Amino acid sequence: MTTFTTHPSADGHYTITLSGRLDATGVAALWEPVHAALSGERITVIDASQVDYCDGAGLALLFDLKRQNHRGITVTGLAPDVAALLAQFDPAGFGKDTADAPTRVPLVTAIGRSVHSYAEHVTAQIEFLGAATAALGSALRHPASIRWKDALLIAERAGVDALPIVALIAFLMGLIIAFQSAIPLRQYGGEVFVGDLVGLSMLRELGPLMTAILIAGRSGAAFAAELGTMKVNEEINALTTMGFDPIRFLVVTRVLAGLIVTPLLTIFADLIGILGGALTMLTFSIPTRTYFTHVGAFADTADFLGGLAKSVVFGILIAGIGCLKGLQTASGAAAVGQATTRAVVAAIIMIVVVDGLFALIYFILDV
Amino acid sequence: MATPIIQVENLRIGYGIHVLLDNLSFDVEQGEILAILGGSGCGKSTLMKNMIGLYTPLAGRVLIDGEDIAQADGRQRRAILRKFGVTYQMGALFGSMSLLENVRLPLEAHTDLPTEAIDLIARMKLQMVGLAQAAGKIPAELSGGMQKRAAIARAMALDPKILFLDEPSAGLDPITSAGLDQLIATLARTLGMTFVIVTHELASIFAIADRVVMLDNQSKGIIAFGEPAQLRDQSDHPWVRQFFNREPSSADAFK
Repeated sequence: MTTFTTHPSADGHYTITLSGRLDATGVAALWEPVHAALSGERITVIDASQVDYCDGAGLALLFDLKRQNHRGITVTGLAPDVAALLAQFDPAGFGKDTADAPTRVPLVTAIGRSVHSYAEHVTAQIEFLGAATAALGSALRHPASIRWKDALLIAERAGVDALPIVALIAFLMGLIIAFQSAIPLRQYGGEVFVGDLVGLSMLRELGPLMTAILIAGRSGAAFAAELGTMKVNEEINALTTMGFDPIRFLVVTRVLAGLIVTPLLTIFADLIGILGGALTMLTFSIPTRTYFTHVGAFADTADFLGGLAKSVVFGILIAGIGCLKGLQTASGAAAVGQATTRAVVAAIIMIVVVDGLFALIYFILDV
Repeated sequence: MATPIIQVENLRIGYGIHVLLDNLSFDVEQGEILAILGGSGCGKSTLMKNMIGLYTPLAGRVLIDGEDIAQADGRQRRAILRKFGVTYQMGALFGSMSLLENVRLPLEAHTDLPTEAIDLIARMKLQMVGLAQAAGKIPAELSGGMQKRAAIARAMALDPKILFLDEPSAGLDPITSAGLDQLIATLARTLGMTFVIVTHELASIFAIADRVVMLDNQSKGIIAFGEPAQLRDQSDHPWVRQFFNREPSSADAFK
């Protein structure tokens, strides 16, 4: 049981006597009452002779009393070792660190700083784009210099391992689109044309787009997290000082993997999506043969190749953005999470924007 | 003497079927500073992680204040966890919080102290490790040595009975390291805190360690247990003498 008593002395000063265990529990009970009892009073003596035990919490209480009445206060009866611990804290200079005082930044400075940091950000991206393009260019001129083993391993993780999820999403996509379009078309007796619709939309838009978004979520995030952790662990620094160019060593392999894997997965998604549509059509009593005839009748090779061309660009974008955000990671665990989030968000935005551009280009070229 | 605060009984540790160390038995007395020594990779950190309940021993048990942490759960386990503080090799500070917030966290979670008391205690702990000026900084802004010291401040926030320190002085300059030794010795003396320290630092072993446990992964056990000065002068085990006298091993020196 921890208690305290105060005794006013003749000259209007106070003695406070503490007794019992001054640990976290005891101090938690004492803190408010002691401070309330002594607000405005001047303590001159803290008598700790009846304290059985005093740990860090007790020291904090003693120190706080000392600090608030710092002129001429004495602590008596404290065990010498504890007194020595208490003596190392100087009430006058305590807690005066400048770092955590929030400094007010004038508006102009704030605007200037954010513009500056934004400009730096853009510069860094342009630099990365240049460096990555140069590295990729030289890698393609000297294919022997590419670390194929790494690239294929990454392609396996980003591609082969993604087959089940791509298959699932593409299959359901085809199934759902066929179903949703078959119902209104049936009112006009036009459900045979569902094949035209599914074929065109899978090959031109949904196949490449869905695959790219899936890869951004799986592998773009993985690239950013992996490179970000390497940055935090100073592995990137180690590569640099060993004479490896991190861009060539890490980015080229990943961009190549993205470039190979995305179109292949897109072809896979196209096929599975169209198969999904066939299944729906069976429930509408349209023979699979008729369905496939319609798929082939409307969508042609140009649609298929147009979709593939997009997916190549998507693959480069996803891998490039993932690596860029990974390499830009600041330090700490939170920074890796931030880098990963930014990589996925930026990749998805870029995918959609670029998809729009492709639509415009194909329209102008009349593909 | 009273019951030892930590009792290690016939402990077997390792990963899966890979046994690192077997048949370890030793006690740690209240207020004692025990150093765990051994070659790199011999299982010092693994032993520590078994002692603090992060890993479950393959066999045997560890009693902290008479209780087996591997068997405890719920409230009992939390009560045992409250008795010790731990620092890890890399510091393991929470990167998104300032040092002050890192030290405040255990106090906020486990005590009923008012906010200003918590704030004051946290600042005092930081001053004890020499980081009063850096209270508002986040770990990423600090050097590795400063992060380690901050981790020690966080580990002792609740004034635990036992502090487990995994290589606390690695990466510190000799002056800071000596200051840390002094802090550990003072805490052991004044608050009766028990320390279990994984270390290689010969200077601090001789300065503060009451006893040392020396591990060896060839024999998978303890090859020496006792006071450091005594072991240095009297041990008949060649490896122990080499360790304390910093001699390269004749058998497997780097060739």
